[in-house]
Amino acid sequence: MSADELITPEVRAWIGRSDPPIAFEVTRRDIVKYAIATEQQLPKYLRGDEAPPMFLFGTDRPLTALSELGPDGLRHDSLLPDLPLKRVMAGGIRQRYHRAIRPGDHLLIAKTITDIYAKHGASGPLIFVVYALTVTTAAGELMMEETQTRINR
Amino acid sequence: MPALDSLTIGDTLPERDHVASNVSLFVYNAAVWNAHRIHYDERYTVEVERHPAVVIDGPLQGDWLTQVVLNWLEDDGRLVEFEYTNRRAAYLGETLQSGGRIAAIDGKQVELELWIRNGAGELTAPGRALVVFGD
Repeated sequence: MSADELITPEVRAWIGRSDPPIAFEVTRRDIVKYAIATEQQLPKYLRGDEAPPMFLFGTDRPLTALSELGPDGLRHDSLLPDLPLKRVMAGGIRQRYHRAIRPGDHLLIAKTITDIYAKHGASGPLIFVVYALTVTTAAGELMMEETQTRINR
Repeated sequence: MPALDSLTIGDTLPERDHVASNVSLFVYNAAVWNAHRIHYDERYTVEVERHPAVVIDGPLQGDWLTQVVLNWLEDDGRLVEFEYTNRRAAYLGETLQSGGRIAAIDGKQVELELWIRNGAGELTAPGRALVVFGD
């Protein structure tokens, strides 16, 4: 199957789709947990005064019941077409920061599929799903913009 | 702590070794609420997803890249843009090394090239950051 044949018209129709924004309240404890887990060295992160730049990773998907997790442990992603390749890898991220995230911030994370394409890698075909994320406060202040790539292999 | 007028293209940022363990990967994946079994279930990872060992999360390496910048910059400026790519899988048992160098200077804006390499010197996660001094 050629790379282009992996992307059917049904899959391509997902480009432009969005999920309802996810609301997320930032707590000091969550920042501290993240700072410890990532071995931060600056006190402002370890105290939870400010969130490290990658702190929001994973918060763009809704929390679901254990019964919603698949055999690979991943939650069903509502913003993902049924792809012929099932193994998932994180691709990469590009972020632009507007204001630091702090405890007490009420955030809204909006996510849209902006592209889906296939390539042949060294170990076989790969499908790339590209998302645009916009993080704002509940009051509408722009906090961060992100482009996220997910790879299925 | 860097002074903007002392910076030169090609200057390197301090390097740092990262050794993930089962415990550190558990804590990271709990913190980001990720239950993907390739980060803690060795048998599943090898037999089903065909990796040689438990996989070190790409976004964790992405975070380490931001720390190359932030630990160097401290409060002398602001990280404005950051990007990284998950180029090659990294596995439990490997010692990874993060580092960076100054790629461009434009007024108060400094562009950094970032990398994480495995013990064989292979690039696992290249990245790029843009910082603004005095912001």
